[in-house]
Amino acid sequence: MNELTSPSTKPTWREWLLAEEPTSRRQARAVGWYQGWLAFRSNTLAMIGLIILVFLIVCAIFAPLLATHDPYAQDLGQRLLPPGFQGNLFGTDSLGRDIYSRLLFGARISIYIVLLVAMVAPLIGLIIGTIAGYAGGWIDVVLMRITDIFLAFPRLILALAFVAALGAGIENAVLAIALTAWPPYARIARAETLTIRNTDFIHAIQLQGAGPVRIITKHIWPLCISSLVIRVTLDMAGIILTAAGLGFLGLGAQPPSPEWGAMISEGRKYILDHWWVATIPGLAIFAISLAFNLLGDGLRDVLDPKESGQ
Amino acid sequence: MSEQHLLEVDNLWVKFPTRSGIFDAVRGISFSLGRERLGIVGESGSGKSMTGRAVLKLIRKPGFIEADRVEMNGVDVLNASEIRMRQLRGHHASMIMQDPKFSLNPVMTVGQQITEALRAHEKVSKQTARKRAVDMLDAVAIREPERVFDLYPHEVSGGMGQRIMIAMMLIPGPEILIADEPTSALDVSVQLQVLEIMDKLVSDRGMGLIFISHDLNLVSKFCDRIMIMYAGRIVEVCEAGKLHEATHPYTVGLLNSVPDLTHPRPRLEVLQRDPAWREMPSVSALL
Amino acid sequence: MPPVPPWLKKLGSTLVTVAVTILGLLFVTFMIGRVMPIDPVLAVIGERATQEQYNEVFYDLGLDKPLIVQFAIYVANVLQGDFGTSIRTGQQVSDDIARVFPATLELATLGTLIGVFLGVPLGVLAAVRRGSWIDQLARFVGLIGYSMPIFWLGLVGLLLFYGILNWVSGPGRVGIFYQGIVEPITGMLLVDSTLRGEWEVFRDAFSHIILPASLLGYYSLAYISRMTRSFMLEQLNSEYIITARVKGLSERKVIWHHAFRNIRIQLITVIALAYANLLEGSVLTEIIFAWPGIGQYITVSLLANDMNAVLGGTIVIGTIFVCLNIFSDLLYRFFDPRSK
Repeated sequence: MNELTSPSTKPTWREWLLAEEPTSRRQARAVGWYQGWLAFRSNTLAMIGLIILVFLIVCAIFAPLLATHDPYAQDLGQRLLPPGFQGNLFGTDSLGRDIYSRLLFGARISIYIVLLVAMVAPLIGLIIGTIAGYAGGWIDVVLMRITDIFLAFPRLILALAFVAALGAGIENAVLAIALTAWPPYARIARAETLTIRNTDFIHAIQLQGAGPVRIITKHIWPLCISSLVIRVTLDMAGIILTAAGLGFLGLGAQPPSPEWGAMISEGRKYILDHWWVATIPGLAIFAISLAFNLLGDGLRDVLDPKESGQ
Repeated sequence: MSEQHLLEVDNLWVKFPTRSGIFDAVRGISFSLGRERLGIVGESGSGKSMTGRAVLKLIRKPGFIEADRVEMNGVDVLNASEIRMRQLRGHHASMIMQDPKFSLNPVMTVGQQITEALRAHEKVSKQTARKRAVDMLDAVAIREPERVFDLYPHEVSGGMGQRIMIAMMLIPGPEILIADEPTSALDVSVQLQVLEIMDKLVSDRGMGLIFISHDLNLVSKFCDRIMIMYAGRIVEVCEAGKLHEATHPYTVGLLNSVPDLTHPRPRLEVLQRDPAWREMPSVSALL
Repeated sequence: MPPVPPWLKKLGSTLVTVAVTILGLLFVTFMIGRVMPIDPVLAVIGERATQEQYNEVFYDLGLDKPLIVQFAIYVANVLQGDFGTSIRTGQQVSDDIARVFPATLELATLGTLIGVFLGVPLGVLAAVRRGSWIDQLARFVGLIGYSMPIFWLGLVGLLLFYGILNWVSGPGRVGIFYQGIVEPITGMLLVDSTLRGEWEVFRDAFSHIILPASLLGYYSLAYISRMTRSFMLEQLNSEYIITARVKGLSERKVIWHHAFRNIRIQLITVIALAYANLLEGSVLTEIIFAWPGIGQYITVSLLANDMNAVLGGTIVIGTIFVCLNIFSDLLYRFFDPRSK
């Protein structure tokens, strides 16, 4: 109700972004984003998640500048030093390496794994789900049967078996996690496709002569993205935990890589006498997955109010 | 302000806090209900359903009620405890909602739900409860009530479901029945039948009925008095028989936007809303 | 010919689903076994065998046949319970699994019980008193549960309750002095010691299992309470809840007789899923607590490149997973009046 704003005064950015009747498509989109951001910002927990995440990403990017020691440099004379001792902020591990510096470089590995999985798994799901939903018929039946089979598998154990077959290592761990993580995305993409497929605007595009590939990639994919983004954000914590679990079992990143799960595994032997070696990397894993969980909850509240239960 | 009024409502507000301030769904209305049939008519969002729920103190949080006075059966509803309210609900006033598909519990049998309503207010044995529930089903013109008693809600039709709702709401013997769009979700063919059953039971028992609907013609047929609501306020009150004498432009607009077989017109009017109506004071519907 | 009754049709299609899914599981494990960088022949005879020995085993294992035939043989063997021989233990994989599985079952069952008995009431209360401290608590419990690496929480738990407070026993299933006293009946130590009346053993076994079971229980509690809360919220927003209130029912009846009755069926699915997840989630927990169950068996075999054992374990857990899923689906149909 901005009846008072006369046309002569130029609206401020804020007013322009909060207009109830946008005058252009660009403005309508900007208003949508801005109001989403306002809703997101008022969600304290989600903001905390975002801040933690930004902090961790900054740490990962500037790891070489922030590190006080070489993360790989061993010094057996300095082994198992407690936190704060002789300039080692979080102490040293059993080979005398500085835990703080290793954590910083480990953040790079965690973010690398998450990004890779978050790109590969939803893409597989998106392709399979939209094809199944759009094509229908026997293609749908076969693809969904395969999806259900993968969905019925115990994920961690399947990932273990994959890693066993492919050999230990970060890339194989990523592949194994992605191979077990895609089915839910396929389900979501298919459900979205089914609702979109019979809408009038799709019929209109078909009448204009667009082929199935064009319809799927240009018209159906964009509409599936928002529900997939929410799901991926909510799954990121799970991806991190699975990756850390594989690292802990010695199947992910290999020593001397400062992967957090592997660091816990190394510190496990000393847990009763030198608690910090295993505990501090665990807190790092906890922080990053908590951040993703908070962020995912917040995004869901903004993008999909019906599902949030708020 | 005599004692025989079943319900007295004075300056009732229903408010919902939102992100951009408080939204008033109902804005200071007053009305009373005797042993009569009172219709509340309005478009969606006019606050008519909220009025019905507010009387039973069933506004969902974070919404809340403010009023000078809400009195039912001599009880001050505003200050009544939750336990006192529970005795009032069902026993003194009940409500029928729009769609039996949603207002009946899907995993309980029809019989369980009806006897439960009875046994919440009267200490009767299981057998007696069953007997009375079957009688009640019979009273709402359900054939084979014994069989229907053991059915689940998804196994009955919409019209039957709404008659079951009526049976369930009337079995504890309330004095006030609030019917919130009771036939809007039903097939046209059964609407009248359900309404007639409801009307008959209500007048046989000498109850007060609040009939909430968007359908002005329907209401004028089944009610004695009509309240027309717009934007949370009462814009006009009139006797059902004198509806054609209505003066408020909104009421007139509503009447003119409906086709009439006896007075065909080449072109129906489109309802023009005047923002000034929102700000006009509420008309009192007190008796 | 009389018409087939609908329940039989449903059962038939369910069985087909199970069969197809398990066949898919076998196919995946079979392919994993085939792309392994380890030569299955060398794994049997060792590096120093002659070429003739090599060829003999090569034909014995049927590796000369087409892939599809090999798969058929593999399926036939698995269906007979033959997963091959474990290189690491030198025994039949099926015997090994039968030996270690009860330990996992015991742990996962106790964990699920903890999760259900704490998680369901917590979720219901959180939904009913939405926004209150108990809702915040449920949210907090859930967030921690979804964000903490289970192996790390296990380590910290060991450090705290065993290392510092000394309230519970350390890793392992039972103290060294109590090993082998109880003759196994079910293989589950708590059950067996109760049946045999060996209370000393029971106490010791309990002090060993309580920490890992609580840990697993916490994770299933986080999941179960979160799902219960959201199911309850959905029901409490339905029209029939207003109907129930209009009738003048007490809040207790509205919640338990009306809303909760409607989520029971969904809850069964959630609990079955939580149970299946615990069977799987026990892999990491069993490593931390040196628990001699199937998770530890798979992991140790994996590190020893003992592929028969790994795949055998995967198939067993996968099959249980599938069966639990189907089972909960059947229960769903049984309990929901709308599906009849």
